[in-house]
Amino acid sequence: MSGTFLGMPSFPRAAREAVRDERLRRNLRHATHTIRDKRARAVAELDDWAELREAGKRIKDRTLRHLDTYLLELEERVTAAGGTVHWAEDAAEANRIVTGLVRATGEREVVKVKSMATQEIELNEALEEAGIRAYETDLAELIVQLGEDRPSHILVPAIHRNRTEIRDIFRAEMGRWGRPAPDGLTDEPAELAEAARLHLREKFLRARVGISGANFMVAETGTLVVVESEGNGRMCLTLPETLISVVGIEKVVPTWRDLEVFLQTLPRSSTAERMNPYTSTWTGTADGDGPDAFHLVLLDNGRTRALADETGRQALRCIRCSACLNVCPVYERAGGHAYGSVYPGPIGAVLTPQLRGTTSEIDASLPYASSLCGACYEVCPVAIDIPEVLVRLREEVAGRGGKGHRLEKAAMKAAGWVLDHPGALAAGERIAGAAGRLLPERLPGPGARQWTDHRDLPDLPAEPFRDWWRKNRP
Amino acid sequence: MRVALFVTCVNDAVFPSTGVATVRLLERLGVEVDFPSAQTCCGQPQFNTGYRRETAPLVRRTVRAFEGYEHVVVPSGSCAAMVRHHYPSFGPRAAALGPRVRELTEFLVDVLGVTDVGAYFPHAVTYHPSCHGLRLLGLGDRPRRLLEAVRGLELRELPGAEECCGFGGTFAVKNPDVSAAMGADKVAHAVETGAGVLCGADNSCLLHVGGTASRLKAPLRTVHLAEVLASTEEEPWR
Amino acid sequence: MTTPTSRERILARIRAAVADAPEAPEDVRGYRTRHAPDDPDAVLDLLHENLADYRAHVHRAGPAELPELVARLLDERGARSVVVPPGLPEEWLAASAAERVADGPGLGPAELDAVDAVVTGCALAVAETGTIVLDGGPGQGRRALTLVPDLHVCVVRAPEQVVASVPEALPRLDPRRPLTWISGPSATSDIELDRVEGVHGPRTLEVVLLRG
Repeated sequence: MSGTFLGMPSFPRAAREAVRDERLRRNLRHATHTIRDKRARAVAELDDWAELREAGKRIKDRTLRHLDTYLLELEERVTAAGGTVHWAEDAAEANRIVTGLVRATGEREVVKVKSMATQEIELNEALEEAGIRAYETDLAELIVQLGEDRPSHILVPAIHRNRTEIRDIFRAEMGRWGRPAPDGLTDEPAELAEAARLHLREKFLRARVGISGANFMVAETGTLVVVESEGNGRMCLTLPETLISVVGIEKVVPTWRDLEVFLQTLPRSSTAERMNPYTSTWTGTADGDGPDAFHLVLLDNGRTRALADETGRQALRCIRCSACLNVCPVYERAGGHAYGSVYPGPIGAVLTPQLRGTTSEIDASLPYASSLCGACYEVCPVAIDIPEVLVRLREEVAGRGGKGHRLEKAAMKAAGWVLDHPGALAAGERIAGAAGRLLPERLPGPGARQWTDHRDLPDLPAEPFRDWWRKNRP
Repeated sequence: MRVALFVTCVNDAVFPSTGVATVRLLERLGVEVDFPSAQTCCGQPQFNTGYRRETAPLVRRTVRAFEGYEHVVVPSGSCAAMVRHHYPSFGPRAAALGPRVRELTEFLVDVLGVTDVGAYFPHAVTYHPSCHGLRLLGLGDRPRRLLEAVRGLELRELPGAEECCGFGGTFAVKNPDVSAAMGADKVAHAVETGAGVLCGADNSCLLHVGGTASRLKAPLRTVHLAEVLASTEEEPWR
Repeated sequence: MTTPTSRERILARIRAAVADAPEAPEDVRGYRTRHAPDDPDAVLDLLHENLADYRAHVHRAGPAELPELVARLLDERGARSVVVPPGLPEEWLAASAAERVADGPGLGPAELDAVDAVVTGCALAVAETGTIVLDGGPGQGRRALTLVPDLHVCVVRAPEQVVASVPEALPRLDPRRPLTWISGPSATSDIELDRVEGVHGPRTLEVVLLRG
């Protein structure tokens, strides 16, 4: 019997490797537990957190309900302020647009602010094919890029690396991309940050094209907002002559005032700070300050598909804070790579299958990558009921049948029949009870094996409760 | 007062002692207990695995079995949560059952208004608040208040108590490695307390944690809260 | 008939996706407009405390002490040159011996990188979050000026430039101007999710709370 019963595909397989990787487990445990406690304290400082959460949820819901209106308003305002707006239906179109814009400047390199949207569309790879080198400038993205690695966390893509691994990557790889790591670099975080500062400085100073995403876009003013910590964002948004921002269509908010909610909830939920070190806002272009050309690429790439799902569309409220990853017991043990997407963790498990569909093995396995414990929903600053969406997506996967699910469906139907016939149920219980004592410690067969590989079965009782009741409470 | 016991399928088949304890406890508190024999399963395993259509007959059966009762007592947080949170999506008749179904500690504390149920349990105990009781039902400190009033019982704080044990229904077999890792951590935390007994209000979680402890040969027994509360000097646990 | 553009197709898909969705409920804004008490001294203390908590160095001065203080701060950090944004009150730098660098077309990123410090005012400061906001107005200059030099000395006029909270800050800011919100020196949480100060932005942030 293959391991495909009960849908036993990619996520569980990848997670098995991660669970056995002691160092990865330690790194993830240390990082997620550190931030978990800090987030709880930062949130507890605000006695109106529940109201901020509700307000954020409603603002996003109203935006999504009238997304066409707000996007058109945004387009008008950005254009009026000197920007150019492009629309991209999918990753390929977005990459074509950005590549064309960079080519038109004559430049062969760009500096990038950390952006989930450009990760999602694999912009760096597309630029590379066009002979354009993209330099990631966020510290964690730099670690991932230098290490030829994949991101494993939304906020801290190199969360799977500890300080010593980071030092080793910097020592080995920085020289190939530019200024080498300083001699005698230790694994002190402050020294590592300094090494990144020195390495990237020359790239910032000569950059002519910057590429970013955005955390928010304000429809009524045409303003984009980037929330960051290191100042690499400011460098990329301010120093180049051309700025290209690739932003998912769901990132729009109706009014300037709406930021008062998210600028309170996002920093506390993500880095557990009252406010992140730097937030930049800009509207089109400004005379004598920053880039003189600004392009906004509005990206669909599956978002309208998610929007069409009555239950699933709430995932588009996400402000990419990562709080759900940091509290998730499954993420903590499986690590980000197991999710097979730039969006890992609980939000990834509901976002990825909606953006990409559930036909591939990995995408069909993601809705099951959760014990439905609900810790993610509890911390979500825009109240996305992730367990509810997971169950909805499980219905989609199970309903289609397919690999592993036909047998499961038959089992569910059989169980349903027994459970709908108490007499048959009681008979089954009695047989199981009698047989229980004779069972070996590890059972063969689908389902049973997955259980008994890790856990003992209890001694089955001599009689079910319903028999005790009949005898003792006649 | 007369109540219906919704024993749940897991308790019926695997943990009848929890059902028996619930009956003894309620009767000791002067409650008349009925066991509608048409009951089977609330449908949660099917529902949470994505088999909504297969869930519907079980919802109908459960609703029919219990709709004549003002109070339905369930010694399982996750089954109570299923009825209260997910039944409404199966129509108004199913929705009407929700408010009348109470998890055991809710019934004791909110309806009967008792925290000292006259129990005696001379063991060091640590308590695992299962996720659905904790987050979906908001049981809060009810289990703790009940346990603190038990004579002879020494309650020890469970580190990382609010973290899921890794059971998660079919999650335990669909993602066995992650589930087992979570279970092993839960066992380690419980053992760390030095209490030999881990108490919970959801036997499906205890099936997983207890099975993990047994496989790891950890010095830990698991027991349902109902059995702790039913235990007296005259009729002690096991 | 022309082929619909991507823009038209995306808009059409959005409209189809939400066609059957119920109307979204109205916004509710049950949260507070501020958490701090309505007391300017307490708000100023809170700003001081929160700036310091995120590793900004905070000082208080009256107008008469300001030039000496600014000179000392530049001196202590070894700043021999300082960018002067247009409109900076002359007296703020009156006591400093540092070489003044005026902004102008010749001051590109590389030239800015050779300057040690920048002294600015601000548009406002937010007490609850320990934030100063720059809007490029008089005495603040374009954004690059406060980004490339490694030392930023920022003067906040209290109480008139100090607000309690983010909801109080936004209506006082003009979104058409490029804004920079600064809460402490540059920092990162990218190594083991623990905060370290000092990455690409100015590694030292000195904030002077100037009282009227």
